[in-house]
Amino acid sequence: MSTLSESIPTPDAAQTGETQAGVYDPNDPEGPPPERRFLIAATIFVAYFVVVLLAAKYAPGTAGNIARGMLRESISAQTAAVAIAIIGLNIHFGYTGLLNMGQAGFMMLGAYGFSISIWHGLPMVVGILMGMLAAFVFALILGVPTLKLRGDYLAIVTISAAEILRYIGRLARLEDFSGAAQGIPGSQYREPFTNLSFFGDGTWDGGGWLPELQLTGVNGWWVRFVAWLLVAVCCLLVFLLVRSPWGRLLRGIREDEDAIRSLGKNVFAIKMQALIIGGLFGALGGMLYILPASMQPDAMGRSLTFFCWTALLLGGAATVFGPVMGAVLFFALRIFIQGTSNAVVPDSVMNTSQAAQFAWICVGVTLMLLVIFRPQGILGDKRELRFNV
Amino acid sequence: MSEQTAVAAGSTGPTKYADPVARRALMAGVSAEPGSAKPDAILTVDHIIRNFGGMTAVHVDHLEVQRGIITALIGPNGAGKTTFFNLITGFDRPSSAKSGAHWSFNGRKLDKTSASSVALAGMVRTFQLTKSLNRMTVMDNMMLGARGQRGENLLTAMFKGTWGAQEKQIEAKAYDLLNRFSLYAKRNDYAGSLSGGQRKLLEMARALMSDPTMIMLDEPMAGVNPALTQSLLGHIQSLRDEGMTVLFVEHDMHVVRHISDWVVVMAEGRMVAEGPADTVMSNPAVIDAYLGAHHDTDLGDDSLLSDEAMEEISQEVAAEEAQRDEEQETK
Repeated sequence: MSTLSESIPTPDAAQTGETQAGVYDPNDPEGPPPERRFLIAATIFVAYFVVVLLAAKYAPGTAGNIARGMLRESISAQTAAVAIAIIGLNIHFGYTGLLNMGQAGFMMLGAYGFSISIWHGLPMVVGILMGMLAAFVFALILGVPTLKLRGDYLAIVTISAAEILRYIGRLARLEDFSGAAQGIPGSQYREPFTNLSFFGDGTWDGGGWLPELQLTGVNGWWVRFVAWLLVAVCCLLVFLLVRSPWGRLLRGIREDEDAIRSLGKNVFAIKMQALIIGGLFGALGGMLYILPASMQPDAMGRSLTFFCWTALLLGGAATVFGPVMGAVLFFALRIFIQGTSNAVVPDSVMNTSQAAQFAWICVGVTLMLLVIFRPQGILGDKRELRFNV
Repeated sequence: MSEQTAVAAGSTGPTKYADPVARRALMAGVSAEPGSAKPDAILTVDHIIRNFGGMTAVHVDHLEVQRGIITALIGPNGAGKTTFFNLITGFDRPSSAKSGAHWSFNGRKLDKTSASSVALAGMVRTFQLTKSLNRMTVMDNMMLGARGQRGENLLTAMFKGTWGAQEKQIEAKAYDLLNRFSLYAKRNDYAGSLSGGQRKLLEMARALMSDPTMIMLDEPMAGVNPALTQSLLGHIQSLRDEGMTVLFVEHDMHVVRHISDWVVVMAEGRMVAEGPADTVMSNPAVIDAYLGAHHDTDLGDDSLLSDEAMEEISQEVAAEEAQRDEEQETK
């Protein structure tokens, strides 16, 4: 191998220089480099927590209530659970370009596998494995027929498959097995998990300093600690995966499958791997999602999938921390809109339950605005989305 | 320039077919019939038919491609060149798949293999509409081309220790190729910010990352400015001089005449002629099918607008039609 500098033939250099002049504009604003962009976003994120914490502690009246609601939502175990599901969705969509519209289906399979197993007397480890196995098989069944086709087919199949699963879970026939529409009460499967706690009952309030977080035995520090720890582990896993040549392959498939095929790579196998891994993250998120609540099939319908999508696009697809930031801000923002509109708008115009609905409407509008005006989200790289494919 | 770039790539140096005289001598014994046998065929294609509805896009009975030289595949628009490319590289399936379509590359049967296995067999292609991965950097584009990467296995991907060293080697190779194709300065730019011609170069360089035995270029010069065309031609010739087999599709007759050692002409899905570049152009079948009977007439010539000229042409056309009718009657 020769050195790099010695052998550029001069006519070539002149020619390429000539061709690039018309196309490449050095004054084009490319935005700050990735590291700085991340630092800015992280600063905003930390500042958000400080402000909310202080407001929750010291703000008077309604403002304090809203801030406490936002703080509770931001650190809740369910937010962490959704964040993990979004991390999985990010592998599907952000890195591989797979349009998975049924992430809630993966979550539900994980949750069902976990809760049904424990409810029927199996140990917790078996429950976790069952949930993972169910998601694995689901990914295989969805992937085999659709991954060889164009991307849209996967979207259609996943959204309908997730709905089919939900309706099967609701079947009255299966009441003794899956709990049907009422689901499975948390008390039936939670105990093996809470018994592991080394935070006691998990209702520590910072010696009276922390604002009211409505901590209970089922929603205490233990489940929050485990959930956020798992978020960190998942982020680390994704970071390790996407910096590898395997991650490069995923992004290549997102850009152009045929090009990757022409380079001798087995595109189908890689897409299947991505679908399975993202689905497993979804299943893990599903298990955590039901830990502080109860197993209800209707809580994991289409709307949960769309929350995942909105939060992913808000945080920034194809970034490691985007899903986490997106999940936290998404749920906190909803509480903020709900609380504010409730406090500002008189009841004769919009009552409390309408304010809650109004907040969800805002979520839909947010998703639209994001896709139109800031497709890269908070953390995403503008250049990765600027060029038409 | 070709020698210079060959040295720059640190390759094995010129092979026996780097000498034009040797190449001419090699192909001298080959008959200029469509589907003629070659002394050492690397790619042999038999009975490939592709129908789109009632239209036959490709109908090739037999074709051999000689190893170590540049073969051009030419033909008018809609002749089926790209479809033929897609068929033999596994991106499309022949309609005759179950009734005797066979093709083999380097002694390996490719009848039922996928596009990725064709590439792994050593036959790597580029695309007419460049498939650069726009939202990835030039360097990432290049790195994807390398074959047998340990880090592409999911089980080892998480541990950098298992693939870090190999990654360094691939990087060095990518830098070398980028340098050779004058893209080194662009290595950290997104491929989407390159010009059309640079993307063509990138795609070719990426294909070379996998050390192919044969490279198939689908209209490498389309949309490339004349200056860059010159350097692209130089690159293609240097690949041949290093021992690679090149098969390329092209419209531009000057380009074909300039670099190809053997030309295959396609029209309406069939191979109509073969031969060395300088003689195949004068083949009446080629002139008729590919260039049209009036290829020597300048349509922009104002003198043609006179009534006499129009009359002359219409007489010619009438005479031709009469001749054709006669032929059909005799049949």
